Amino acid sequence: MITSTTTPSLNAMFRLQWEKAQNCFVLLFPEGMVKLNGSAGEIMQLIDGEKTVQQITETLQNKFPEGGDLSNDVNEFITTAIEKKWLYNDH
Amino acid sequence: MTIKQTKKLANKQENTQKEATPTTTVGPPLWLLAELTYDCPLHCPYCSNPTELGDTEKELTTQEWCQVFTQAREMGAVQLGFSGGEPLLRKDLEVLVKHARELGFYTNLITSGIGLTEKRIAKLKVAGLDHIQISFQGADPEVNDAIAGRGNAYQQKFNMAKSVKAQGYPMVLNFVISKQNIAQIPEIMRLSCELEADYVELATAQYYGWAYTNRDHLLPSKEQLVESERLVNEFRDQQQGKGPHFIFVTPDYFETRPKACMNGWGTTFLTVTPDGSALPCHSAKMLPLTFPNVKDKSVSDIWQQDFSFDYFRGDDWMPQPCKGCDEKEKDFGGCRCQAYMMTGDMHKTDPVCSKSEDHHLIQQAIESATNPSKAIEKRINHTANKHGKDSSLNITRVKV
Ligand code: SF4
Ligand code: SF4
Repeated sequence: MITSTTTPSLNAMFRLQWEKAQNCFVLLFPEGMVKLNGSAGEIMQLIDGEKTVQQITETLQNKFPEGGDLSNDVNEFITTAIEKKWLYNDH
Repeated sequence: MTIKQTKKLANKQENTQKEATPTTTVGPPLWLLAELTYDCPLHCPYCSNPTELGDTEKELTTQEWCQVFTQAREMGAVQLGFSGGEPLLRKDLEVLVKHARELGFYTNLITSGIGLTEKRIAKLKVAGLDHIQISFQGADPEVNDAIAGRGNAYQQKFNMAKSVKAQGYPMVLNFVISKQNIAQIPEIMRLSCELEADYVELATAQYYGWAYTNRDHLLPSKEQLVESERLVNEFRDQQQGKGPHFIFVTPDYFETRPKACMNGWGTTFLTVTPDGSALPCHSAKMLPLTFPNVKDKSVSDIWQQDFSFDYFRGDDWMPQPCKGCDEKEKDFGGCRCQAYMMTGDMHKTDPVCSKSEDHHLIQQAIESATNPSKAIEKRINHTANKHGKDSSLNITRVKV
């Protein structure tokens, strides 16, 4: 389970990169690629091993004030990303 | 060099978004496999390199390779595999890696581990190499070195795998599974844990190049495969999400539907061979088609306009039963090379498919593997070697 103070960091196995040809952010890993949708890309960009889930949510909230409450989306994506081992969950 | 790397790549692609519906324009070659040289210090009987290796003097230069990378990256290629033969034999590997990494490629080194040193691993890291894959032939020196046809290969691989992890790379270990080592699956899994691999491919040999010649000596029985898969599943259950991720690839000979070869001809993969031939699949050179060369044409001309790259795109080329089959979007009629090797006609349905009129050829191959009639042939390497003085390279044919 993640909480608002969870501080996710990118698994060193993966590299996050903007791909012009795909028009999206992708995660690159040995011989593979995951395409991220728009919101997943926005969240991943903010993950630096220092910001907490709450800080990430606030940053996005400020960037997309018309987006309503984003905390569920952020929590859900980060939970999935930890399950998929894209992210480490450092408390 | 084993063939499955490229064939497997598509399976690792995941999406968090729905693909746009395909349009008539061709997508970019996402994966570029650069076969830097066919030279190799090993003699694996399952090697998928062509049995005629060609002339090392005709290898592309550093500049020519860099230009290929630049052109492919401009089109949207993102994964780059440095392969061979043994890519470490190219002295300019670091230069090539650096150029590719600066372009934004994810760079993969696919190596036998022979010729690697701690210093070279560090230099490649500085150049920007993202990942190293080391192939093993077995879980101990006896089995490994007998298959590889070279003494001390195992110890070298073991030491280098340790060093790759110590220097912070993601590491994939690749074990080509055949009759010769299938009994070692439990030891192989233990070794992989000890070496702290991130991914481990337990890939049964696919039958191209030398592997096709030696098929009777390689193809395991159905019973052996079922038992191995059971052992792998049992091991996975005990892992509780820790340790290496094991990928078990069964040979398509025991399936009733073919693999979606190369994720579809000319859709995703581009191989460039040591002399600059551009291929939609790395065994395609055997087909009676004329393939272009990167020395004569740009990568985008090749990908978008060349006759050979367009030849098996879509389904206009398909004969029956594929043409009228509702699974053709799934497997594209299977592997063109396999159809050609087994039936002599590259347009035919892949014999692996149970709907194919040639399916009995697969049954015969399985039968024939229970009782090989000729001796195993070890891969022949160049006699005059451009890259090194290793005397083992002068062995032309070793029968065991
Ligand atoms: S001989 Fe073995 S190590 Fe060398 S290219 Fe072939 S499969 Fe790879
Ligand atoms: S008939 Fe052709 S398209 Fe249909 S499943 Fe077999 S190989 Fe695939």
